[in-house]
Amino acid sequence: MTRTITIDPVTRIEGHAKVTIHLDDRGQVADARFHVAEFRGFEKFCEGRPFWEMPALTSRVCGICPVSHLLASAKAGDSILGVAVPPSASKLRRLINLAQIVQSHALSVFHMSAPDLLLGFDSDPLNRNLFGLLASEPELARGGIRLRQFGQAIIEALGGRKIHPSWAVPGGVKSHLSRESAQLIQSQLPELRRFVRGVLDRLKAMLDSFAKEVASFGSFPSLFVGLVGPGRAWEHYDGLVRVVDEFGRVAAEFESGRFEEYLGETVQNDSYLKSPYFKPLGFPQGMYRVGPLARLNICDRIGSPLGDVELAEFRDRAGRPAHSSFHFHYARMVEILIALEKTEEMLGDEDLYSGRLQVEAGVNNLSGFGCSEAPRGTLFHHYTVDGDGVLQKVNLVIATGQNNLAMNRTIQQIAREYVADGAFTEGALNRVEAGIRAYDPCLSCSTHALGQMALRLQLLDAAGRVIDERSRA
Amino acid sequence: MTAERKMRINDVQVKFEEGETVLACARRAGVRIPTLCHFDGLSDIGACRLCLVEVEGSAQLAASCVTRAEPGMVIRCHTTRLAEYRKVILELLLAERNHVCSVCVANGNCELQDLATEHQIDHVRFDYQFPALGVDLSHGQFGVDHNRCILCTRCVRVCDEIEGAHTWDVAGRGGTSRVITDLAQPWGESQTCTSCGKCVELCPTGALFPRGTSVGGLVRDRGRIELAMAHRRHESCHG
Ligand code: SF4
Ligand code: SF4
Repeated sequence: MTRTITIDPVTRIEGHAKVTIHLDDRGQVADARFHVAEFRGFEKFCEGRPFWEMPALTSRVCGICPVSHLLASAKAGDSILGVAVPPSASKLRRLINLAQIVQSHALSVFHMSAPDLLLGFDSDPLNRNLFGLLASEPELARGGIRLRQFGQAIIEALGGRKIHPSWAVPGGVKSHLSRESAQLIQSQLPELRRFVRGVLDRLKAMLDSFAKEVASFGSFPSLFVGLVGPGRAWEHYDGLVRVVDEFGRVAAEFESGRFEEYLGETVQNDSYLKSPYFKPLGFPQGMYRVGPLARLNICDRIGSPLGDVELAEFRDRAGRPAHSSFHFHYARMVEILIALEKTEEMLGDEDLYSGRLQVEAGVNNLSGFGCSEAPRGTLFHHYTVDGDGVLQKVNLVIATGQNNLAMNRTIQQIAREYVADGAFTEGALNRVEAGIRAYDPCLSCSTHALGQMALRLQLLDAAGRVIDERSRA
Repeated sequence: MTAERKMRINDVQVKFEEGETVLACARRAGVRIPTLCHFDGLSDIGACRLCLVEVEGSAQLAASCVTRAEPGMVIRCHTTRLAEYRKVILELLLAERNHVCSVCVANGNCELQDLATEHQIDHVRFDYQFPALGVDLSHGQFGVDHNRCILCTRCVRVCDEIEGAHTWDVAGRGGTSRVITDLAQPWGESQTCTSCGKCVELCPTGALFPRGTSVGGLVRDRGRIELAMAHRRHESCHG
């Protein structure tokens, strides 16, 4: 009798989702699938609105990383206006994106994943959370909270509000960084950098003990996609989209505005999450991963001293390219360090404090593209407007969606490894969830659905009957 | 001999001039009566009904913006009944068209939003209608989002009475009413609009805005327009 295990809702990720594990007649895992059950039709309801509203509208898609949408949307607006924003504006946008990367990665690593990594995948689920971590690793938990606050404080200093800032607009941004805020940011940097380096050391030392997880948490060849900047360095705001294959060879490089020529999307009937793939290889061979792991895999260098040292070590330890999605955590920590380093570098730039912020223009292009690296991966916005600037069509391609195929592969791999003979332990289920959490999926974005993610896990037999079910809210 | 021009508003003795409205007297006496369609210097139409007051001896409520002050009148502006009516009026306005303040250009700078806050409206008891109305961005400088319009007709009156262009009108009836430019042509094709921007300045909500305004980005500067209106009042008083 085949059976299916369903995890619904998956906990400690953003949004709402379900995992089903299908068993074959012998009780072995035949398949595992990740379903996203909510749908918000965001793209549809933006139609008919002035495109100037889009940065604020789309930053409402998600309360977790509004800044990323804000930037991609403002950039799509720039492209409709047909303008290059003033240097002050692009630098300030960069700064806020770095802050967003720090705060979002800190949330993922310390609040969501550290309980598994430090307390153990098999530890008591009642304590396997931030509170449990605070009790047993107070220093680490508090440091994580401070990192997050640091990122949020920068976002607030620029955007005015922690969440949903409507600060970036087509043509530029609304305000400079104040010198007082810069001082405050500067004063926290040395301590935070020390903390992050300490955590990185600890993480590296722990990698060996997670050999089994490294081998089974999404360890497979795939393409990696992300932005690269000048000199093909690590990039988060602008530049070319680069596609790198499983051997680290460059499979394609293109202007972000041409993404629809290279990246296709399929819709699977059991999930609202669209599944993008690299068109030249077709579906499903064109499966690719985006996000911190991909960004470290595709770039030639970081372009900052500490970052370059860490990249070299990352490649030593995790491979080049790193194939296991378990290393998303490691990549995230490296990126926090990079973001802190680059933030510090930027603070000396006079353009952050003075200079023109916005350029005015009318509708010069009927179609506009915006692309930026969200903490979770590359984000594409494509708008079509009429001559007056009223939106006719909106296409958002979101990081989590792009990782969808890889997430499915990952949970299949984990289920095969840990769910045996039709039986599963709490620890096994938690690993399935953790496999998803490695991608730090933000499901509110990817389905444009609202709310915190909760996951349900169902075990189904060969006839499709639910034989076991667990859920956590 | 005519009776002395005195009345009571919320137990305050108020003197008034011939022809003054109850609303004007109340404001002079420092009594706040909420309004939306009224704007000092424009004709009054009593459309929004927020300024309803109780008149002693009358079973009917009176819209204070169009009720002349009479000697001996006793007016109450802030009873529980009036508070409830005002709440209902505001809720109906919020239910009728799409008012999602968080993504509106007028967020933080909107008279409807301010009144809703003042009246502690934290939910709406009526079904949202949310008809899908368009946004007209055809004008080179301004835009109109009918989804945010409350049909106060300030734009219609200021354009007609102050600018003298009479570009705006109201077309349709009841729930299908909407403001139009010229004979319901796109604003950008209007032959009469002088692009003076007075309507945009006076609109109480996010319905009229300068093109290119981002969410929460609307700033209003009514100084100049108020000056023009004061000038006009002065002229009409002194010939
Ligand atoms: S017009 Fe005013 S009340 Fe309506 S959505 Fe905009 S801010 Fe809110
Ligand atoms: S557009 Fe503005 S001023 Fe004109 S009727 Fe509507 S809400 Fe009133």
